[in-house]
Parts: sequence; C-alpha cells; structure tokens
Amino acid sequence: MDRNSNVYTFIYASVMVILVAAILSFAAFNLKPYQAKNVEIEKKQNILASVNIAATAADAEQIYSEKIVNSYIVNAKGETLEGDAFTVDLKKERAKKVEDRQLPVFECNIDGGIKYILPLYGAGLWGPIWGYISVESDMNTIYGATFDHQGETPGLGAEIATKAFQEQFKGKTIFDEDGKFYSIVVAKSNETAPAEHKVDAISGGTITSKGLQTMVEDDLGAYKAFFNQKN
Amino acid sequence: MSDKEALFSKKNIGLLTNPLNSDNPITVQVLGICSALAVTAQLKPAIVMAISVTAVLAFANVIISLLRNTIPNRIRIIVQLVVIAALVILVDQVLKAFVYDVSKQLSVFVGLIITNCILMGRLEAFALGNKPWPSLLDGIGNGAGYGMILVIIGFFRELLGSGSLFGYKLIPESWYIANGGFYSNNGMMILPPMALITVGVIIWVQRSKNRKLIED
Repeated sequence: MDRNSNVYTFIYASVMVILVAAILSFAAFNLKPYQAKNVEIEKKQNILASVNIAATAADAEQIYSEKIVNSYIVNAKGETLEGDAFTVDLKKERAKKVEDRQLPVFECNIDGGIKYILPLYGAGLWGPIWGYISVESDMNTIYGATFDHQGETPGLGAEIATKAFQEQFKGKTIFDEDGKFYSIVVAKSNETAPAEHKVDAISGGTITSKGLQTMVEDDLGAYKAFFNQKN
Repeated sequence: MSDKEALFSKKNIGLLTNPLNSDNPITVQVLGICSALAVTAQLKPAIVMAISVTAVLAFANVIISLLRNTIPNRIRIIVQLVVIAALVILVDQVLKAFVYDVSKQLSVFVGLIITNCILMGRLEAFALGNKPWPSLLDGIGNGAGYGMILVIIGFFRELLGSGSLFGYKLIPESWYIANGGFYSNNGMMILPPMALITVGVIIWVQRSKNRKLIED
C-alpha cells in the first residue's frame, strides 16, 4: 500500500491512537490502587505533622491509627454529621456556602490530652494552598500547624511549607479576651496586631501570606460554633 | 547472515560511548538544558530524572525504529510525539505508584520529558533511519550522556547549596556560622542560574580536554 496515500495515513493514525489509548488506560487502571494509597499516606503524614509528629511514609499508617483516636464531620452549627471525615474533599466543600459545608475534625491523643485537628484549604498566589491546624482542648490555643502548597514561588511564597514559618503558630490564640473569634493575622512589619494573634508574614511572599491568613480565618471561622460548644 | 554486523562492533560501541564525551547531548549538542537546570538542586531527583529519560529515550528509539518503514512520512512527527507522550505518561504513573516522594519532587518535569529536545532530536535524526539494535544503543548512550551531566551538576549543587548528598548532611553542624563556625551554604547553588553556570564550567573543562570540540 502506498505509504503516502491519505487512506493509509488515516488508518495508521487511527490504529495508533486506539492502541496507545488502550495501553495507557490499562496501566492507569492497574496502578490506581498504589497511587491512591500514596496519597492517603501523605495525608496521614500531614495530619500528624500538625500535632508535631514527624512520620515517615513507612510508619505513618501505624502512628496514625495509634494517635488519631476519633474523627467526625460537623457543620457550621456544630452539629455532628454522618460520613467519613478522612475522605471529605475540601476543594468541593469550599465551593459551597458556609452553612452547607462538611467540616472534618480529627481528634488526636497526645499524652492523654486531646488535640483537635482541623483541615484548611485556600488560595495562594499561583495555586491552592492547604494545611492542618491543631488546637488544644481549650479550643483556643494552637498546638501546631502545617501548610503545603502546589506551586508557590520557591524562597518566597513556598516558605509557608517550612518549619520556621509553621513554628510561629504554636501557642497563638484564636479567640480574644472577650471570647470573640479573632483568628490569626499574618502580619507585615507595618501592621499591628496583638502578639498572641500575630505571626510574621514572609518577606516577598505577601500574596501567599495574605492568602494563608484568609484561609485560616475562613476555615477556622466555620468551626466557631463547634469551638463554643466544646468549650 | 554473513553481512550482519557484530552486536558490539566498533561502530555500535561508538553509539553508546560518543554521547558520553564528544557528542554529549547537553554539553555539545546543547539539548535538554531546561530540565538540567530544573531538577538538579539535589542528587536524588537528578538521578531519577536521568533514569526516566534514558528509559523513555531507549524505548522510544526502538519503537520508532521498528515502525520506521511503516510510518507515513506526513505524520511522522506526530507519531514520534505520540510514542514519547505515551511512554512518559507510563513513567509518570509508575513513579506515582512506587516512588511517590520523588514523583512529587519532579512534579511537572516528568511531563516535560515529552518536550525534552533530546528525545525528538534522536528519534528524527537516528531512529527513523537505523535498525532497532543501534537505535537502542543510541538511546541508552544519549540518555546516559544526559544523565551523567545531570548527576555531576546535582552533586555540586546539593553539596555546596545544602551541605548534603542524597539528603545526608556531610558538613558538620558545628562548622555553620549559626553554631559559631565559619561555614555557610551557598544559597545561589539552589537556584537555576548557578546550574547554568555549572553547565558552563563543565563545557569549559570538557573543551579544554577535548580540543576537537573547539570551533574556529
């Protein structure tokens, strides 16, 4: 057959595309369980990181099952909902109105005391940022925090994923003296805020810093009723 | 079968070894620079990238070489791209399944293997006109030549930029200024510009050793 004829070219292209599609879908289908497992382990590592436990991919599952004693979903009114907190898709929840959102809570047992771990999801400069914040059982003091991002600028916005930035959140409080929700201010040098609610922003990473502040304010704010109820 | 060349004839060995020196894809052909800057801040991703590119290049070369007498001339570039893209997606999926942390570090750069000029360059220049065996050797040779440079750059960037190799600290903590010492990591080495300068230094060293490469 003439290799330069239209018919040959057309058939060749069609057969090639179908073959390649078949091979790729076969591979994707068979590797899916392994990939899902990796994502799950990473999530567990992140949750543990927010209560200052460094877990490796190998031992994350075991530590998680020992330390995380309870998990459930609440709504903005503080009522407990049906469902698995671990599989809640925060990206989808954020698109809903606050009162319709499913808000996951993880309870972690640290030396006999319960810490409450709350997931966060927001927008940085280039893409999504997310993280977990754990609060003490007084529902006010932050016990630990961890943040990650998809594509913030290395050395600037990406610094939110560093220990030095995250350490700042420890011991800060999210309610003021009158019991009103204050959240945390990620402050530049010219901003003033009470020291117990303030962490330093990243120089050169203002938009990411402010995105993080909004994320913490919005997402922790949704738990207000839950905090008050537990307190 | 008497006219058949020996598997490891001088010419075939040359296909394997030339890219390591006088025909190196990065330092002589100056292809694949983009990924060489992007993934070499540490040694481990550099090595994984080198292995991935070598695997993709070797397989793509063999596949294109096998198909070379059937590929319609008018869509040959598209066929090459489809073969490369399919292989890259396979590599990406396998990395995600079995070495997740490395796959996260390489992130978009695995996908960008598709646009690595070395691949299209070798397929078009070599595999389309040669038998599968020499094409395989050419693919492995060029992949290794590319990988060798990546590993050299990764070695210096991680050592000087982070004071570690494969994530293990080599510089004693007490040397650092923060701990009362005299030493500080060079933050510039982490950033891509120093990778380009490192490539430049490698090219310089190579040309001073191998005079044939110097153009008039």
